Amino acid sequence: MASEQPGFWARVQRASVERLHIRLESLVVLLALGTAMALLSPYFLSLSNFLNILLATSTIGVLAIAATFVIGSGGLDLSLGSVMGLAGVAGAFVAVNLGWPSVLAVIACILAGAIAGYINGQLVTRAFVPAFIVTLGMLGLARGLALVISQGRAIYGLPPEIVYIGQGRPFGIPMPVIIFVLTAIVAHAVLAYTRFGRHTLALGDSEGAARAAGIRVEHHRRIIYTLSGALAGLAGLLFTARVNAGDPTAGINYELTAITAAIIGGTNLFGGRASILGTMIGALIMGVLQNGLTLLAVQSYYQQMAIGAVLILAVFIDQYQVRKESRV
Amino acid sequence: MTLLSLHGIRKSFGAVDVLHGVDLSVAAGEVVGLVGDNGAGKSTLMKTITGIYRADTGSIEFDGKDILALDPGQRRQLGIEMIYQDLSLAKQQDVASNIFLGREPTKRLFGLFPGFVDKGEMDRQAAKMIERLGAHLPSINRSVGSFSGGQQQTVAIARALTFNPKLVIMDEPTAALAVREVQSVLDLIRRLKSEGIAVILISHRLNDVLSVTDRIVVLRHGRADADLVTARTNMNEVVSRIVGGGDIAAAAAHEQRG
Repeated sequence: MASEQPGFWARVQRASVERLHIRLESLVVLLALGTAMALLSPYFLSLSNFLNILLATSTIGVLAIAATFVIGSGGLDLSLGSVMGLAGVAGAFVAVNLGWPSVLAVIACILAGAIAGYINGQLVTRAFVPAFIVTLGMLGLARGLALVISQGRAIYGLPPEIVYIGQGRPFGIPMPVIIFVLTAIVAHAVLAYTRFGRHTLALGDSEGAARAAGIRVEHHRRIIYTLSGALAGLAGLLFTARVNAGDPTAGINYELTAITAAIIGGTNLFGGRASILGTMIGALIMGVLQNGLTLLAVQSYYQQMAIGAVLILAVFIDQYQVRKESRV
Repeated sequence: MTLLSLHGIRKSFGAVDVLHGVDLSVAAGEVVGLVGDNGAGKSTLMKTITGIYRADTGSIEFDGKDILALDPGQRRQLGIEMIYQDLSLAKQQDVASNIFLGREPTKRLFGLFPGFVDKGEMDRQAAKMIERLGAHLPSINRSVGSFSGGQQQTVAIARALTFNPKLVIMDEPTAALAVREVQSVLDLIRRLKSEGIAVILISHRLNDVLSVTDRIVVLRHGRADADLVTARTNMNEVVSRIVGGGDIAAAAAHEQRG
């Protein structure tokens, strides 16, 4: 009888997956990474550095939330970084070149992202072009449009209200961190506890089962891609406000980091399993990794390599686990 | 009491005639086996009952109503449920999520935000349904994909029952199962019968059909070629009817194959 009982670790693992929707391994990796960095660098363990990590993670984190929804639904959005760049330029253009009120600039950021995402969704569900190709094409389209709008130069001179979104520190906490955490809480509630979120995962799990259950599959996908674009727009706003410029080259390669964060957090690359809580751990792992490597004075070129390697490693481990579980 | 009756159902796809005037009737709480060789028209016939295909001519009455003009959704509302061979389960989701997919009970979070899934209620009802079927699952919170084929079949049947069907059509429910699991699925079919639910069982496994049905209808070349009372027939007769007439040599060959 005792031999049939799964071990303590296995039970805790199962409970964390079933109840909290996170893979415990990612939490262990985060703690191990943090400990290693603390031992290697005397500057790592400090409140200001902790806030630095969160601040640096906020943009990527919002993109990773978008990636989690899309990948969880069985899709893919490679245009996240480019759409983020386009949205930032759109917002800066509205505020600076047009001189419109800051509220409209904020709306322009998110709307630009949502429109790009909506186009992605339409093409995926109506034109039957694979998501990989559609969003790869959008990666080029959005980046090009950002360069066209800004004529290839960063747009400076944002109004103070927008700069506050990026640089303000109410209660000593950076505004982007506050916005990022609030977004994550809402996204977690939506994905884990609402019908919308459950249908998203069911759709990624088996499109046939979702269709048989009466879920409007194509409609749902269009909403997911639009949501993904809107979140990329929000990320663009955070970035633009933080650096105080609408930079058309903002967000290059960010989709790589965002998708990596989602996968490390336990999102199944092929859909059906995903959690925002897990993605947040994944995003923090990426943040700690980049912060630590910077503190250790490792060149940023190597950081890029590290992120790519981590992505492949994370998918390898995930697939290894899936194969192991399916044998049981 | 006749629950379902089909008269002179014809269906063709372009130049290909699949059904040439099928008559079939199923009484409430009756288990009817539908057998026939590949291409005999079993799937087409079932899809004209669920409404995926529209019969070219003929009449379909269900529960005293003419349902020929109704679409699949309306027919499901009336109580016709079909469980396909692939089961249409979301394998990474748990039991309750599958049973209630698309119809999750909701509540307001903190009494404010609508649209939140009432997971506790879902789990309770799901457990009750599995219990009603007299089945046992390792855990209701585990992903369905980690279950055996028979356990997955149980989840699919439990989901079908949430619509309170009067007729459940099952397409090859035992085809992919281990021997021990076949028995539990056959027990589930008997359980449905005892609750007054009619079942049409499509299967190539004649042993299963003979052990669980009340009647066996043999479909051959798009016609209901034979309508046998299970208690008064045997394997040889069914096989010879499937392959055609009294061709005993062919019957023996078929039996050896399958």
